[in-house]
Amino acid sequence: MTPYLTSLAPAYPELFVFSMACVILMLDLFLSEQRRFITCGLSLLTLVGAAALTLQNFGAAGSLYGGMFVDDLMADTLKLAMYTVLFFVLVYSRDYLGSRGMYRGEYFVLALFGVTGMMIMISAGHMLTLYLGLELLSLSLYAMVAMQRDSVPATEAAMKYFVLGALASGMLLYGLSMVYGATGSLDLAAVRKTIGAMKPDNMILIFGLVFVIVGLSFKLGAVPFHMWVPDVYHGAPTSVTLYLSTAPKLAAFAMFMRLLVGGLEGLAESWQPILTILALLSLAVGNIIAIAQTNLKRMLAYSAIAHMGFFLLAILTAGPNGYGSAMFYILIYVVMSLGAFGLVSLLSRPGFEADQLEDYKGLNQRHPWLAFLMLITMFSMAGVPPTAGFYAKLLVIQSLIDGGLVWLAAVAVMFSVIGAYYYLRVVKLMYFDKPTDSAPITAGTDVRVMFSLNALALLAIIPWVGSLMDLCVRAIRAIV
Amino acid sequence: MGFDQIVFYFFATVLVFAAFMVITIRNPVKAAMFLVLSFFSAAGLWMLLEAEFLAIALVLVYVGAVMVLFLFVVMMLDINLVRLREGFGEYLPFGGLVAILLVIEMGIILSVGYGTQLPPAAHAAGYSNTRELGRILYTVYVYPFEIAAAILLAAIVAAIALTLRRRPDTKYQNPAQQVRVSRHERVRLVKMASEKKS
Repeated sequence: MTPYLTSLAPAYPELFVFSMACVILMLDLFLSEQRRFITCGLSLLTLVGAAALTLQNFGAAGSLYGGMFVDDLMADTLKLAMYTVLFFVLVYSRDYLGSRGMYRGEYFVLALFGVTGMMIMISAGHMLTLYLGLELLSLSLYAMVAMQRDSVPATEAAMKYFVLGALASGMLLYGLSMVYGATGSLDLAAVRKTIGAMKPDNMILIFGLVFVIVGLSFKLGAVPFHMWVPDVYHGAPTSVTLYLSTAPKLAAFAMFMRLLVGGLEGLAESWQPILTILALLSLAVGNIIAIAQTNLKRMLAYSAIAHMGFFLLAILTAGPNGYGSAMFYILIYVVMSLGAFGLVSLLSRPGFEADQLEDYKGLNQRHPWLAFLMLITMFSMAGVPPTAGFYAKLLVIQSLIDGGLVWLAAVAVMFSVIGAYYYLRVVKLMYFDKPTDSAPITAGTDVRVMFSLNALALLAIIPWVGSLMDLCVRAIRAIV
Repeated sequence: MGFDQIVFYFFATVLVFAAFMVITIRNPVKAAMFLVLSFFSAAGLWMLLEAEFLAIALVLVYVGAVMVLFLFVVMMLDINLVRLREGFGEYLPFGGLVAILLVIEMGIILSVGYGTQLPPAAHAAGYSNTRELGRILYTVYVYPFEIAAAILLAAIVAAIALTLRRRPDTKYQNPAQQVRVSRHERVRLVKMASEKKS
């Protein structure tokens, strides 16, 4: 029998994060309310430590447990991006949690469990581990959304998220079982090989594929499986919205890559039209309904749906450049979403949620620097040059045109123009309206510095757009 | 009729009888006890099928944990049986439909080549189903197995984080303080002169 535990080196980051989560869980029991900052600090240190471990083994390909765990350039890049994003998320949410009685050890422990789940998904080489990682992430997220027990919207959001999430998991599992039935294996590499030797119009495979895509779209929030997104983004405490609108998108990208590309690429001709419909509907519904929103969190939720449409456009070109631009897009999107929701949590104070568009009126007069940073974030989301968001959209459109899908590129540009309206409306409110709220902005210096770094990164990345895209394409080549 | 067939028919008869009693008997505690009996008989059947692990797990988990918990609930809650029995006629058509469907499905299975497949070859003496399961679970599937454990831990943390709430006005006992109590805090001895009944 071959040994299954030769060297655990590729999995050190996962083991480290999970062990630290358990240590923090125990340690937190002995900390008083005033010394809770130790929990927060340790969680941040865990992310830094995991980043160091990942960097040590960066780009080295390896697999463990007979291929159930794979480590490659894509996994390492996504994991590093995830640690960075979560570091920001935890720093942003500290004050917010403190003022709402949610500054508890369990919050950080669940956040770290979620990180473990995402890492497992990103490194999954087997459908079983992919699904289990997804469940670990989802379970932590459901609990985090519901943590603010006295808030009715939060409870409602948690309920909807839980029920629809469970349904989506069921769909995904059903699809996976069909794929297993058709190919006789759960291992993604073996599935790929078997499909390569089969006829592509195998009925059971296509049947399974449809359910897999439905499950994935639920998790991603693509139309018509998007119903939970606005309610959950809106109802969840802003710090949790920050979490679930950023890092899980990276994990979702990994899930798409591992399943659709790593395992089922032989069926690309079947999943391309499905993704085309999902992408077009997401672009249309997301961008048009976002215009009608008066709540910033809800508006950003619809914008997230529209961005996922763009992301799907990049995937459906089914070529390394397309996948690379999808990865680039998702990396940039995560930074933008982090900035936008970060400002919402930064402007909130005890007893006040800065989530109405009205609350942003005249922000330029109250705090010009924050208004400028938000301007960059909104311009980037709209895709105005020279921000990073422009390059992300440009690369996707380029890969569409290279793939001969010019009409899709035209539709994407059209919806981007529609989308620009509601992003620019935020800018208009900040710069050209009189402030209705004159309370001082209470966020601490560290949070402001982090937010500045976050938003300025969208400009600072420009000289490295080429090399980042290069890295993305290389990462994709590592798996296909 | 071989010995294992006698054992099979014995367990099967007890199982069917116990299952029937579970749904017909009026006393919920007795119904729960009959459910325990049916679990034991089912475990016996699984033993015959060389699935020892499942049989042991059924007894340990269902009889040992779930049914005990269930009995606690049944004994502690004052369940109004009359109300539970209401609406029997209302649900009868639906229940009947499900039952008919099940009977038809069983008929299909029985009519389409049931029993034509040969039974799997019996394992050699000393073959342990539990060891085989353990071997594959702790080698090939050790990674998913550990992730499942992590999911359970996350579920426990989530459940406690969502339900545990310390209210400032809750009255609770502090056992440490109770143990440390000394006599003079509870009993006051009063010295007084003896009195005579007048």
